[in-house]
Amino acid sequence: MVLIHCPWCGDRAELEFRHCGEAHLVRPADPAALDDAQWAEYLAFRDNPRGWARERWRHVHGCGRFFNALRHTLTDRFAATYKPGEAWPEPPA
Amino acid sequence: MSGFSAFRLLREALRGQSGWGPQWRSPEQPQPAYDVVIIGGGGHGLATAYYLAKEHRVGRIAVLEKGWIGGGNTGRNTTIIRSNYLFPESAALYDHAVQLWEGLSQELNYNVMFSPRGVLMLAHNVHDEQSFRRHVHANRLAGVDNEWLDAEACRAFCPPLDIAQQRYPVLGGALQRRGGVARHDAVAWGYARAASALGVDIIQNCEVTGISRGADGAVNSLATTKGEIRVGKVGVVAAGSTSLVMAMAGVRMPLESFPLQALVSEPVKPVFPCVVMSNTVHAYISQSDKGELVIGAGTDQYPSYSQAGGVQILSHTLEAICELFPMFRRMRMLRSWGGIVDTTSDRSPIIGLTPVPGLFVNCGWGTGGFKATPGSGHVFAATIARAEPHPIAAPFSLDRFATGRLIDEAAAAAVAH
Repeated sequence: MVLIHCPWCGDRAELEFRHCGEAHLVRPADPAALDDAQWAEYLAFRDNPRGWARERWRHVHGCGRFFNALRHTLTDRFAATYKPGEAWPEPPA
Repeated sequence: MSGFSAFRLLREALRGQSGWGPQWRSPEQPQPAYDVVIIGGGGHGLATAYYLAKEHRVGRIAVLEKGWIGGGNTGRNTTIIRSNYLFPESAALYDHAVQLWEGLSQELNYNVMFSPRGVLMLAHNVHDEQSFRRHVHANRLAGVDNEWLDAEACRAFCPPLDIAQQRYPVLGGALQRRGGVARHDAVAWGYARAASALGVDIIQNCEVTGISRGADGAVNSLATTKGEIRVGKVGVVAAGSTSLVMAMAGVRMPLESFPLQALVSEPVKPVFPCVVMSNTVHAYISQSDKGELVIGAGTDQYPSYSQAGGVQILSHTLEAICELFPMFRRMRMLRSWGGIVDTTSDRSPIIGLTPVPGLFVNCGWGTGGFKATPGSGHVFAATIARAEPHPIAAPFSLDRFATGRLIDEAAAAAVAH
């Protein structure tokens, strides 16, 4: 179990949070203009990196708000959490 | 290398077991070129190589394994075998595997200890019961055995089960009698031995670091930690690492990799006659021939490549096991571990062609790939050899995410495998 820093509530146990997939995915403004492959890319295809990942989380058993996080997928280390709309931080060296 | 027989066992018993040699060739260095290279030496990859060598004339074949064969998910699962999936496409695929399991020890001349002792899936609420009854009907229409047992019949089939406890009431269960377990290591070793005897090179400690494509776009060589290998066709069977391998060829995958955990208890005398699964409380259990209780837990909630999961996941599973089987409350657990499973959004695998000519992929088995090992290898070998999908594999193509023809076993309550 890891501690996760909610940008609004501070450090809380992992159990209070829900992982919500890859972050910074932008819904296409005009879905009808896309072909099937482009729409599938948006819906299903993911980076799935081994290393630093940008993820969307939700403090579901707390303030209920969404935020983004930079987490390492081998060590589970969180380098940063940040509010929606903020630019993503660079991964640590 | 000669075959196993009762005569040979007797002869070795009299000679102090001194006549056993290595069961498969494992060359230190690969050849400079192969017609087909399989990336990933787990059960699925080795089975693919075996069926390629046995049933298709494709020339020289190699299996490249980053670690040691069977050291990934093949050696980390809970060895459950069943085929009672809801949709006809899935039932056809997994039942193809069960049919191959039934003759596999003879086929490979290697005892994979397939034990069809029955898989019982428990229903704890009305929704479970309705869902499982629907599965039973769908399976029987598809020619797959599955039957409904009421609570008393469940207890008769599995005496350790406490159907009177208040926490997780047992309303009944769906039983597939042809389901069961097999010895996971023996599956990898048996396929390796049989493939090696047919001329397949099994190269261990050989990590693929790059995939090169020619002017026509087709794969033509692999960079590995043991040098460059020219290739005709490549089959990627890398489970949790599939996204990383496919990225080397410039292909993105609809996959996310999660840790899935399991644990075993201290070994005890035979106490547990079957396999019991509970999707609702997410616990499944059987007893190995060594006597250990083999217990499967759930996946972590977030992707990871760490091969270790959260302790709270294990503890949740053990709470459920202790409620369902109070006699196990004092059992000590010996060890736990995690494997990295690659999941798709519809929880069905991907078997088939990719946008890159000559590159094939078999992945996305998620939390339930072991049971499919022989069937997966068999249909994937045919797909590689003919460069077109085997009829059973065809619905599981990569392009189903674009066409929308998903096989949504995720919604069919196949939470646990």
